Amino acid sequence: MLADGVSCRGVAAHLRRALLIGVLVIAALMYLVPLAAMLFTSLKSMPEITGMAGFESNTILTPPRAPTLAAWGEAWSRACISVECTGLRGYFGTTIPMVTCAVAISVSIGAVNGYVLSKWRFRYDTVIYGLMLFGCFIPFQIVLIPIARVLGLMHLSGTMAGLVFVHVAYGITFTTLFFRNFYVTVPDEIVSAARMDGAGFWSIFLLILVPVSGPIAIVAVIWQFTSIWNDFLFGASFGGANARPLMVALNNLVNTSTGTKAYNVDMAGAMIAALPTMVVYVVAGRYFVRGLMAGAVKG
Amino acid sequence: MATLEFSHVGKSFGSVDVLKDIDFSIGDGEFLVLVGPSGCGKSTLLGIIAGLGSLTTGSVLIDGQPINHLEPKERDIAMVFQSYALYPSMTVADNIAFSLRMQGMPKAARMEKVRDVAELLQISHLLDRKPQALSGGQRQRVAMGRALVRNPKVFLFDEPLSNLDAKLRVDMRTEIKKLHARLGTTIVYVTHDQVEAMTMATRIAVMKDGIVQQFGTPDEIYQRPANTFVATFMGSPSMNLLPGVADDGGVTLADGQRLPIPGRGDVLVGLRPEWFTPLPRGDQPEGAMLATVEVIEPTGPDIYVGLRLGGAEVMTRLPAGTDIRTGELRAFAVNADKAVLFDAETGVAL
Repeated sequence: MLADGVSCRGVAAHLRRALLIGVLVIAALMYLVPLAAMLFTSLKSMPEITGMAGFESNTILTPPRAPTLAAWGEAWSRACISVECTGLRGYFGTTIPMVTCAVAISVSIGAVNGYVLSKWRFRYDTVIYGLMLFGCFIPFQIVLIPIARVLGLMHLSGTMAGLVFVHVAYGITFTTLFFRNFYVTVPDEIVSAARMDGAGFWSIFLLILVPVSGPIAIVAVIWQFTSIWNDFLFGASFGGANARPLMVALNNLVNTSTGTKAYNVDMAGAMIAALPTMVVYVVAGRYFVRGLMAGAVKG
Repeated sequence: MATLEFSHVGKSFGSVDVLKDIDFSIGDGEFLVLVGPSGCGKSTLLGIIAGLGSLTTGSVLIDGQPINHLEPKERDIAMVFQSYALYPSMTVADNIAFSLRMQGMPKAARMEKVRDVAELLQISHLLDRKPQALSGGQRQRVAMGRALVRNPKVFLFDEPLSNLDAKLRVDMRTEIKKLHARLGTTIVYVTHDQVEAMTMATRIAVMKDGIVQQFGTPDEIYQRPANTFVATFMGSPSMNLLPGVADDGGVTLADGQRLPIPGRGDVLVGLRPEWFTPLPRGDQPEGAMLATVEVIEPTGPDIYVGLRLGGAEVMTRLPAGTDIRTGELRAFAVNADKAVLFDAETGVAL
């Protein structure tokens, strides 16, 4: 009786565990299978992809029989984008500074905003915070035409500076929200103590709050980097011919192939374009999780 | 070194008055304790001295000079916060030196001052640590060091001991008192603990509902409470209040026994627990009070004895080893000279 009960419970526990692992494996496959398909395709030659003679039994998930980096080289330096056939290489040089500037500025302004909105009381501060929050929910599409007009008035149309401006304007709502919610968890008494010790507005921010902002700064940087790097709409709308970010270039690369579609080059190009965000996640991923959890549990 | 004066200080949030006509002053080198239950306005008042909160009416003066319009940093006041409020990213040494750094003092000079203060507080071995790696008592010392290093006119303490365990609290209490004796700086100390108030203060302001109920020396507050709130808030166990009717000859209690304290009308007789002495069994001289012993609570040095007397419950404090038994009817001598009469209606001392 007793022994049966124990073994029954043992079996149930094993089943639960098997079920859990099964669900996790399926979830992992949902993410990994498309990635595998991309990777395999990018390493194959065109005949292998299209299933020509000798490759009849191939599917999209068949590993490459003779892996080659030719498509990667093509996407990197020779593929045609619009009328120039120089690959994606050149776009890194213009997109990385644009994204870096936009991330640095939006995160810095967000930090100052968060500091002001959490540690200093002033008239209508909650209203301003509410409007900032509201800004997070404005869809990109409705602001396209107003932004185009504003950029025109600022003489920033079709420039990287213009793109930086747009991404900063849109990004500070999120970064402000991140920093404000983080600084709320820093005790107000610390700010009071610093005021009594003779610290002013900027000293309190730079010497006391910034040094503890690591976790949330990483969250804000990853968030901003990913969304700005991956942005297509603003880049396509406001970049023009002279300030084309990498994502727009990738789109053009895929759409301007003449003759047969070079799937292997397209896949290699997409992976090249996605590499920086992957690197950011791998390097800073654990801080990202830590930052998201910061403040949730009082330590 | 400074005098501190509150001149008709009031503060209100909209229609709610959190402080009403605070008006008293203390001399140079005094140790003022603001004591009262939570929400009485004591921390608000401290914030006003510090310059962290504003006042609605009146003014605060240091050495005769109004300071209302000054920024916190211009007031030459240092404060120890309840949560210690140490700067988490800085070492202990940098925490203590922060105010000097803000003044622009060169590094060598400020490190020398930090070393002096650290020695005084016995935290020299902790100077390179971060606050995170300190115990509660150590953080407390660092917070005090941060205040001490500035050598200010006035020190403010906001419930500094409430986050410490019981033993450490008693030790730190003694140390703060010693420090005050040594430095002679004016101190304003906020607490809700009446024992801290009694042991440390040279002057106590008992507050409730934004009003100073009584301002005086610990002895005055204890012996001559101005009203029933002060009487019951200060002292543990608290002062007994026995209802009775007074005339020129004395007070008649609810059970008919009389105490020889002249007065008039309905009163409450305030008697401290230690003003009762049990008389030998069978002995009942003139003026002794008869009471039934209801409960006996030994605490070590004393025993707390609960009595039923004059129709009310009375708590007394007797020396340990007193021969007394639960349930017995016993005569007690009562120190009627010290008794305080309060108006039964208003609670104000007569």
